[in-house]
Amino acid sequence: MIMDLTVGLNHYLILAAILFAIGVMGVLTRRNILIIFMSVEMMLNSANMTLIAFSHYLENAGGMIFTFFTLTVAAAEVGVGLAIVVTIFRNTESLDVRKLNLLKN
Amino acid sequence: MEHAAEQVHHAADTVAAAAAHAPDLHYAIWLLLFPLIGLVVNGLINRNWPEKLTGWFGSLMIIGSFSVAVSLFMQLLKLDPHHRAVNVTFFNWLNIGGLHLDFAFLIDPLSVVMILVVTGISSLIHIYSIGYMHGDARFRVFFTYLNLFVFFMLILVLGNNYPIMFIGWEGVGLASYLLIGFWWEDMSKAEAGMKAFVVNRIGDFGVLIAMFLMFSHLGTLTFSEVFPAAAQHYAHDLNNAVIVGIGLMLLLGAAGKSAQFPLYVWLPDAMAGPTPVSALIHAATMVTAGVYMIARSSMFYVLAPNAAWVVALIGGFTALFAATIGLRQFDIKKVLAYSTVSQLGYMVMACGVFAFGAGVFHLMTHAFFKALLFLGSGAVIHTMHGGLHHVNDHHTDPQDIRNMGGLRKKIPVTFWTFLLATLAIAGIPGFSGFFSKDEILAYAFMFFKGEGGLTILPYVLGLVAAGLTAFYMFRLVYLTFYGKYKGPEGSEEGLHESPAVMTVPLMILAILAVIGGWVGLPPVLGENLNKMHHWLEPVFAPSFEAVHYHPEHLSMGTEWVLITIAVLTALFGIGLAWMFYIKQGREAKPDSEQTGFAKVLWKKYYLDEIYNAGVIQPLIKTCKFFWHGVDEKVVDGGMVHGSARTVRWGGSVLRTLQTGVVGNYAVLLVIGVVAILLAVYVR
Repeated sequence: MIMDLTVGLNHYLILAAILFAIGVMGVLTRRNILIIFMSVEMMLNSANMTLIAFSHYLENAGGMIFTFFTLTVAAAEVGVGLAIVVTIFRNTESLDVRKLNLLKN
Repeated sequence: MEHAAEQVHHAADTVAAAAAHAPDLHYAIWLLLFPLIGLVVNGLINRNWPEKLTGWFGSLMIIGSFSVAVSLFMQLLKLDPHHRAVNVTFFNWLNIGGLHLDFAFLIDPLSVVMILVVTGISSLIHIYSIGYMHGDARFRVFFTYLNLFVFFMLILVLGNNYPIMFIGWEGVGLASYLLIGFWWEDMSKAEAGMKAFVVNRIGDFGVLIAMFLMFSHLGTLTFSEVFPAAAQHYAHDLNNAVIVGIGLMLLLGAAGKSAQFPLYVWLPDAMAGPTPVSALIHAATMVTAGVYMIARSSMFYVLAPNAAWVVALIGGFTALFAATIGLRQFDIKKVLAYSTVSQLGYMVMACGVFAFGAGVFHLMTHAFFKALLFLGSGAVIHTMHGGLHHVNDHHTDPQDIRNMGGLRKKIPVTFWTFLLATLAIAGIPGFSGFFSKDEILAYAFMFFKGEGGLTILPYVLGLVAAGLTAFYMFRLVYLTFYGKYKGPEGSEEGLHESPAVMTVPLMILAILAVIGGWVGLPPVLGENLNKMHHWLEPVFAPSFEAVHYHPEHLSMGTEWVLITIAVLTALFGIGLAWMFYIKQGREAKPDSEQTGFAKVLWKKYYLDEIYNAGVIQPLIKTCKFFWHGVDEKVVDGGMVHGSARTVRWGGSVLRTLQTGVVGNYAVLLVIGVVAILLAVYVR
């Protein structure tokens, strides 16, 4: 059996899944709020990657256009998210999410 | 819809057809409107009218009702005796499933007798009250309540079906409660009102059950339909359990309202109300509602002779039982109260021996002389108040006959009218009570002649009760009006006759108490002299025809013997009273010296104590068990607090999930997403 070395849809999807899983693990295990935020972004972009992969595979531009929108919204979201992170740091002088437990009980 | 429309058409046709035969009696609604106007004006509009205006306005409204009643009587007189039952429909009231009820009056000889008695006596008592209630802080409220009472009493006797009668039945119960407790500042008076209300509830339960039975087995509650239906289904099936049940349940209702054994206990306590109330509601009118209902339901009793026999026994026993208690009472109003219970027993007994007409006749004469006796006692109490006030005595009981005596010369009008009423109730020939009581006894004897055996009991009970009545009534007269005045020193100076608004009604009632019985003269004096009997005959004739009941006839000789026995019994009672209290000059003993059987009578056979120990205390204990045991432990403890505890416990467990650590939330989020994905794809 000759190895088919062309990069196909499955490879993209597997890469996206790996990125997503790494993102999830990052969110679950890291304590630094910035790292968590970056992990979330990674999950988001893995989703974008599947969109583009499918778009290419199906030869339909809808997926790519959708990705543009996602990126735009994500940029806005990052702006808000970072603003919140800055505010949190100002208030707690820390980026450790374990200290953000005011809602406990 | 069509069905309903058809019915309306049908109803309209019937009304039109009836109108062709009968005069238009729709103006009978004014019977209700007058007292309604009175109670609305005095209750809501009148704020600061002077006493005289308030009182006379209330009285005039009732006099208006009375004139309508007289006019209706005239209208009926013009009709053929067999068409003297006019249904006056005002509007369709209820249409629920098979139940069709109109708001309608039944104007027939029986209801006309009732409305004449109710409005006539009420008019006099309203006028009397203007004098009696003079100076009372709630004078206006009193007249409002009196008008309210008349309003409901007229609904009771005019309704052409049981539910409308029941509205009136409950309404007069309310008026009675309000008026017994009129001076509610005194706790014992407020309690007397509550007692009357609660005891009457037991009777009301009976009326309701009777109505349910009627509707489930006969399918209607309108008088003009339910009686023929009963006759059709059960005339050949006498003593059917359904009819006996209806009869006994109606009797239970009558026992509550008309104060029969064992539910009479509220009536003597009801004397806590102002005396005009005792005269109007608790002697002349409301308490006769039970007798009216039994007479109205005569069909059920002829179809269920067993139930009628129970009615006769309860009535006869009550007549005797209450009369014995009356022998040893010292409160002037209590004597009259037990006398009322006893006389009501007479009326109920009459219905039990199928002498419905005689029962209603006695109801009428009793209304005259008993209203007079109560108003007379009110005048005596009024006078005693004046005397005690004169010497600033607030401890002596103005109602206790042991403080009276010799009032004959001080208040002659009260004395003479009181004496006439006493002669009437004692059954002295010529006075009204004699004729009605004699008719009842004659019918009781006829009943025995027809049935034989133990059926002599009603006659014997009635006769003995008549003798006792004569005795205790004359004891009352002798102790109150004869002998020496026994009130506090000096108070004699303050004794004065009551004002004219009080004495004039006394005089009018005295005339009625004397001649009121002349409409029902016995057959020994001549044929067809018993106008009352003939007047009421068409009401009860269908009942008797349904079962072909013909009372035995008494020969003239027997009639004369019965009359002689009755009169001798009465004279014996009077003679005994005269011997004890005039000749031997006996004085009633103070409370502390009561002994033996006399004490048992004075304590009313300890019946209140027995009820307290046998019914009320167990009831309170049961209630306390349900309160502390069931309500506090099971409902509150188990269910209310229990569910609160469960929620609190659940909360304390679930709260541990909320750590406040964002990482934990994220873990839960991921677990949730994975779980959902698994649930969706693995399935």
